[in-house]
Amino acid sequence: MGISIIKVPDIGEGVAEVELVEWHVKVGDLVKEDDVLAAVMTDKATVEIPSLFDGRVVELGADIGETLVVGATLLTIEHADEGNATAPDTDAAAASPVAQKEPEEKLPEPAPRAPEPKLPPAAPPVAGSVRAPRAEGAAPLASPAVRARARAAGIDLRRVAGSGPAGRITDTDLDAVFAAGPAAVAVPKPGRSRREGAEDIRVVGLRRKISESMSLANARIPHITVIEEIDVTAVEDLRASMNAGKGEKPKLTMLPFVSAALCRAIDQHPEMNAHYFDDAGIIRRHNPVHIGVATMTDKGLVVPVMRHAESLGPFQLAAEILRLAEAARKGKATRDELTGSTITITSLGPLGAIATTPIINHPEVAILGINKMAVRPMWDGAQFVPRKMVNISASFDHRVIDGWDAAEFVQRIKTLLENPALIFMED
Amino acid sequence: MKTETCKLLIIGAGPGGYVCGIRAGQLGIDTIVVEAEKPGGTCLNVGCIPSKALIHAADEFAKLHSLSGENALGISATAPMIDLAKTIAWKDGIVTRLTGGVASLLKKAKTRYVTGRAQIINGKTVEVSTSEGALRISCETMVIATGSKPQELPSLPFGGKVISSTEALDLQEVPNRLTIVGGGYIGLEIGTAMAKLGAQVTVVEFADRILPQYDAELTRPVAARLKELGITLHLATRANGLSEDGSALLAEGPDGAVEIPSDKVLVTVGRAPVTQGFGLMDLGLTMDGPFVAIDAHCATSMRGVYAIGDVTGDPMLAHRAMAQGVIVAEHIAGLPSIWDKRAIPAVCFTDPEIVTVGALPNEIEGSKTTVFPFAANGRSMTMERSDGFVRIVFDPKNELVLGFHAVGSAVSEMSGEFALALEMGATLTDIADTIHAHPTLTETVQETAQKALGRALHI
Repeated sequence: MGISIIKVPDIGEGVAEVELVEWHVKVGDLVKEDDVLAAVMTDKATVEIPSLFDGRVVELGADIGETLVVGATLLTIEHADEGNATAPDTDAAAASPVAQKEPEEKLPEPAPRAPEPKLPPAAPPVAGSVRAPRAEGAAPLASPAVRARARAAGIDLRRVAGSGPAGRITDTDLDAVFAAGPAAVAVPKPGRSRREGAEDIRVVGLRRKISESMSLANARIPHITVIEEIDVTAVEDLRASMNAGKGEKPKLTMLPFVSAALCRAIDQHPEMNAHYFDDAGIIRRHNPVHIGVATMTDKGLVVPVMRHAESLGPFQLAAEILRLAEAARKGKATRDELTGSTITITSLGPLGAIATTPIINHPEVAILGINKMAVRPMWDGAQFVPRKMVNISASFDHRVIDGWDAAEFVQRIKTLLENPALIFMED
Repeated sequence: MKTETCKLLIIGAGPGGYVCGIRAGQLGIDTIVVEAEKPGGTCLNVGCIPSKALIHAADEFAKLHSLSGENALGISATAPMIDLAKTIAWKDGIVTRLTGGVASLLKKAKTRYVTGRAQIINGKTVEVSTSEGALRISCETMVIATGSKPQELPSLPFGGKVISSTEALDLQEVPNRLTIVGGGYIGLEIGTAMAKLGAQVTVVEFADRILPQYDAELTRPVAARLKELGITLHLATRANGLSEDGSALLAEGPDGAVEIPSDKVLVTVGRAPVTQGFGLMDLGLTMDGPFVAIDAHCATSMRGVYAIGDVTGDPMLAHRAMAQGVIVAEHIAGLPSIWDKRAIPAVCFTDPEIVTVGALPNEIEGSKTTVFPFAANGRSMTMERSDGFVRIVFDPKNELVLGFHAVGSAVSEMSGEFALALEMGATLTDIADTIHAHPTLTETVQETAQKALGRALHI
């Protein structure tokens, strides 16, 4: 029998540390070579780590949410082969052989673990949080007396795990629920009732990344937000006629037009397509326009990047938006597709509200928020006419963008979108 | 017109309605039960109880008859005679005692009882035509418990020699030639009894076997016994009506037309819910096919209107209606009762009897079935009845018992153990490790579970 250590591999691209976001195995599990052991997250992408051996997991090296440096012990596997081994601590895919370390050799230092934040004592875990080990829709197994007791207390037995044979819920199992407070597994009753307790949710993975970048942006960047209303009737008419004759091309939404208008506005305001490295005191203006498109996924907000938007036509933009959103939602977006934006668009579609105060995607200097479109009565000088109106809420880094420039930039976008021919006209 | 008010009005005093009335009264709900006929419904008056009385009489008669010839027990007896009119009078005495008992139980629970036919005016009002004139009753909550009635065949309308189970249980003499249309449990129960009493019985069944709701393995011992009793089966045969002179039943079978000379033709092709003719349909309740649709509280689609028993669909069994009656009464009283039964046992009082509770073999994917025969049970030998078996359907992954079936003499009394085991969530080990008294038929249940676990002893 031998013991092997699997380490956090080098994921490449200069990633030095990763956050453990998911264990696919637990102590005692038998694993085969190439079975996925865990998922770790770099600053953008999630990477699955496969096993390099057949064997049994004897120890896990970290808890979910911990940050591990590359090369730290991920887990320990016991295998049938003689002799101990340590997995190469490099990317297996890269297949660059690295001298294997002897088992007796000192193991790498345990990963510097992220400090555990001290929290007030959390509410005890409730029995109701235990997943009942039965198939979806299967009736909970319990004697009529146990069922009656649960009913009388308003406890939903479908949410109670049974410790008896075949998963039968015993009276003792119910006692545990009572000890935890029946509210944990109560049948929701009509009307209002008091709720007790609280639930602590560990902020890990993508949510932590979002939290960190939002904190950074809001703490460092003094935002100025300019809100303007835009008459999009013309661009909507154009969109409708282009969609009518689109053939096999993807359906155009508003976003490709906004992206195109943004690129054209940047032609006149290159200061908006920039990164401000405040520590170094450098503003780096970019020639290409890589538009980050804020996208909601099941796990939270991600910002896939539409590269070289300045070179794409509306249908190409639409196709790219579609592809990136799909990849982001499926978690398939590559690291490359999730980094390198120079300016960001955020839109909540029908939930877009009248105005928002977008937070800049640090170290960018501008973000364009698209609010909800609505038909509003507009005064044309003689009468009110129904027009399709949309508001835009654009935030700027006020340290490097003055209010005047911000306003001019927004007016330029307004002009372009209200006269869409200008978007496609060469100057 | 006289008027009455109450909190709860129950239409029908069958097993569902009267139990609901008793329980509601016990819980202090001001309740009125309205019944057009005698209390007790089909079950007490023209169903379960009368048929079991007749079956008992027939069994006693058949036993004596078998002992009047050469027999292994060494008993000599003279051939028995039967005065069926007297038997029926004895049966009527039992019925009267039981229906009287129901009336006094309702009274004890302080539930009012009104005899008369109810006509629903709206969801809160009925008009009852009583012997003392019309009575209008207003209620807060109404329970429909109107039950079911024998299904008629268009080609064989009831009347004359074409009878339903109701008349069959009231015959004053044993018919010479009794033809039964419908080989379900009602027809076979009565047919078997009549055959034992000396009738020449013929069964016409549209399906290709008797008791088509069960699997062939389970009904095989019954079919064998029917043959022993000299009952003729016409399977896969359609009854087309009476011959012109009314002397015979005309049917169409796999071998062509058959003419079955008959003195009585008993039609038992199922039961239909009683939903017509008393204003129920005017309420516009959501229906489930011909039945009133209900939820787990037996509530219909109209607020304050509940329905229980046969009118709510299959299985049309008295004990299901009773359980529903209790749930409705307790629900109306504000108790947290709800239909969460896991098992409704069904008993077929043929000879041998059949009990089924829970899943049938192959009904649930991945389930396994184990059978243990009564031939290996001592008690069944001493009763001269070794035919039949006990069968357990279980989940091999966790030993959970999913269904019990038994066919054999007197197995109806096993239904309680079966239902209890399913309600308790029993596993094979629970049953295998429970001592079952020796010598009883129930040892077979334990042995079946042991066999499923690979440790049967007596086989």
